[in-house]
Amino acid sequence: MKGAGLRVYTALYLVFLYLPIVLLPIFAFNDSTVIAFPLGGFTTGWFAELAAVEALHAAVLTSVKIAVITALVSTLLGICAARAAARYRFPGKSGILGLIMLPLVLPEIIVAVSLLVVFLQIGLPLSALTVILGHVLICTPFAIAILNPAFQSLDVSLEEAAVDLGETAWGTFRLIVLPLVMPGVISSLLIAFTISMDEFIIAFFLSGSDATLPVYLWGQFRFPQRLPVVMALGSILVLLSVLLLVLAELARRRGARRRGALDTGGFL
Amino acid sequence: MALISLTGIDKFYGTYHALRGIDLDIAEGEFFSLLGPSGCGKTTLLRTIAGFEHPENGVLTIDGQNMKGVGPNRRPTNLVFQNYAIFPHLTVAENVGFGLRRSPLSRADKTKAVAEALAMAGLDGYGPRAAHALSGGQRQRVALARALILKPKVLLLDEPLSALDRKLREQMQTELRRLQRQVGITFILVTHDQEEALIMSDRIAVMFDGRIAQLDTPEGLYLRPNSRAVGEFIGLMNLLPGMLRPEDGRLLADIPGLGAIPLPPDLVAHGAAPGPATFGLRPESLSLMSPGGALPTGQFVDGTVTERTYYGDMTYYEVALDGAPDPVTCSMKNLVSRPVLERGARTRLAWEPGALILFPDG
Amino acid sequence: MADRQRSGSGRGMLLISGPLLYAVVMLAAPMAAILVFSFWTQDFLNIDTTPTWANYREAFSDPIYRELMVRSLKISAMVTAITVLLAFPVAYFISFRVRPERKALWIFLVTIPFWTSYLIRVFLWKVILGYNGVLNSALIGLGVIDEPLTLILYNFNAVVITLAHAFAPFAILPIFVALERIDRSLLEAALDLGETRLSAFFRVTLPLAMPGVVGACLIVFIPTIGDYVTPRLVGGPGGLMIANMIQTQFLKLNNAPLGAALAVIAMGIVTILALVFLALNRRFLRGRS
Repeated sequence: MKGAGLRVYTALYLVFLYLPIVLLPIFAFNDSTVIAFPLGGFTTGWFAELAAVEALHAAVLTSVKIAVITALVSTLLGICAARAAARYRFPGKSGILGLIMLPLVLPEIIVAVSLLVVFLQIGLPLSALTVILGHVLICTPFAIAILNPAFQSLDVSLEEAAVDLGETAWGTFRLIVLPLVMPGVISSLLIAFTISMDEFIIAFFLSGSDATLPVYLWGQFRFPQRLPVVMALGSILVLLSVLLLVLAELARRRGARRRGALDTGGFL
Repeated sequence: MALISLTGIDKFYGTYHALRGIDLDIAEGEFFSLLGPSGCGKTTLLRTIAGFEHPENGVLTIDGQNMKGVGPNRRPTNLVFQNYAIFPHLTVAENVGFGLRRSPLSRADKTKAVAEALAMAGLDGYGPRAAHALSGGQRQRVALARALILKPKVLLLDEPLSALDRKLREQMQTELRRLQRQVGITFILVTHDQEEALIMSDRIAVMFDGRIAQLDTPEGLYLRPNSRAVGEFIGLMNLLPGMLRPEDGRLLADIPGLGAIPLPPDLVAHGAAPGPATFGLRPESLSLMSPGGALPTGQFVDGTVTERTYYGDMTYYEVALDGAPDPVTCSMKNLVSRPVLERGARTRLAWEPGALILFPDG
Repeated sequence: MADRQRSGSGRGMLLISGPLLYAVVMLAAPMAAILVFSFWTQDFLNIDTTPTWANYREAFSDPIYRELMVRSLKISAMVTAITVLLAFPVAYFISFRVRPERKALWIFLVTIPFWTSYLIRVFLWKVILGYNGVLNSALIGLGVIDEPLTLILYNFNAVVITLAHAFAPFAILPIFVALERIDRSLLEAALDLGETRLSAFFRVTLPLAMPGVVGACLIVFIPTIGDYVTPRLVGGPGGLMIANMIQTQFLKLNNAPLGAALAVIAMGIVTILALVFLALNRRFLRGRS
């Protein structure tokens, strides 16, 4: 049967997709310092070693700080844009939205170098702030993509009904709009946080001395003896990412269910 | 005094003229319908009264108050939306009590008001249910209870029955009528379904193209449409081309197939003038008889059945009248004693000249 | 019904002005700046702002830049072709063979790897493809080969494989969305009109899915050409791409204007190719909103 062939193919494809992630914990718990087969014995030593590295802690802190601010700002911008796109018609709408969504397809190196040029020219010192500016730029399109269905499926007449029943504009937003898009907002915050935590190129160009976690990791790749520790760190990161994503997906689904919409979509 | 009064209302969307100089008075306690095809402006007019659309020209008063600058939340009107707009994240009771949030009532009084509104709408015991799990008919009841709990002076209904299946729709039509009598306030219903408007309304405004084409009672609209468009929109209408010609100081209606008859007096008063004209005749004003049968007084003509459509209670015949360019439609109640004619059968039609409607051409 | 979107264009403008301002200041202006910058010159740390074509002349005359550019395009084109071809059956499977209530879960499953640390994923490909890597040890263990393969790391192929992995969800999602939009009764109609399942696929499903395929191609092609991490980690000297050279010019050789010119050229070529590609596919995209 053709169906069976497709099923096998898809299964193999999933193996291909998950291969690197599956290997990560294997090497993280392997006591050999060389990242290769055959494996040595089991150890949790690499994880213990993580606790002792000062530079790593600083990088984690920087990344979390950047990611939190990025998530908040880009979700706020995303709410404005998604709301405007779903509810209003205004001159140049598709062009404006196109420009805002452009970073989704733009090679990150282009974003990175063009921001670098501008920041150097206006004398803005490279720091966590400049990374945030870049990350907000690339996270906003994702926030819009996630928030868009929430705002699109928000029936205008629900808001009109609230006003008709005596609510003010603010009351309507608080009692009707916000509860209905909240799952989307949470999903957007989580996704933007995840992207910012993982992003490397822009941080590499714009972080200056405030190394983020990926920039720190990049530095570690040069030292073969540090690689098992990197594997341990990577395992933790992947675990956290998956956790955040599951939360984001659950939030998104709850939102779709609440709005009574049919649930088939993913993140994009 | 009129409860709602609209004078010279104009509404534009860009260059599109959605409402063209609407003048309308609606009385207290009236069941009023806005009837017309989609795009005629009826919903825009309703939303103007609700406060969601802002007319460029004209004055709208409700209960003597000018509504200019008064938002939907401060008008004595409440709206039942076409899709009911039930808040999906709230329970039925929370939906119904939504508008009471700002009222000075005590918590206990609010709970009591919600229970009463639910009972009135036939939703006893539904209060704690999640709103998104309701059926179409139940959603409509929630929407009604939610709007009526605020005791508005006017209840506005935007095609509230169009999403329901036929059985349920007929049931809700009766129920809405009963509800309106019970609460005694003005209902304004928007619908594109002429039958629904005729069944439910005290008065109907037929709208075409942003204008009110005719404002009348259901009987007035059906029996005396003031234009071909209204006549054709409401019920079935045979349109027969003919001539009006003067003879012996009076006007004769000369209709090919039906012959020349003196124009009935009430049509003369209508301001009929000599020249080409179109005559309207409802299908039930033509009746089929077996050839050679005993004839009542009045006119009759002969013809051939070209098509028949059987509806159970009624049969509709298309009959080509001898000497007429186009066939006419006539409807007959089906009786056990009355055989249904087949295509090709010769037949004789009796008709009432008094039922003739005159539409001057041009 | 009256179009309710028409009202309140002022509020719409007000709402969009925040995101728009951000995009103008942080995206449009910097892109314009880099264009201007590419006409300047830099001598160690001094920038000379006299406009000149010198950077473009150098970029087009020096064979190393041309080679990098051509290689980048080749890699991107191969990655695009492989990724989209591999992704189509998966998208088809999810759209046509998975029960509706399970589709969201499958899409979630497919997107998860995309959201986990890019750097670490790329690095792990190095581990998989390496001399003592997972693949070689597995193949040797199975007795397929005696000596580790060397043609799969630090070269062109490694870059292609790694990028094809990284961009897989980008290709699956647009195709999936396009397939989801196909009215299933169209396929029944095709079968009813005498098509076989296979010919119905080619005459109905595939043409209707083309907008998704075209979207997938663009969304993979454009970002891959500017990828920096993959060529650097698994590409070796023969697998480096234009982004690596741009980075080198900016951060190592202190020749930002030349780097800017390379970035502009890369963007220009990508834009032109994307437009040509879209023009070639106009037939498929026409009449679909």
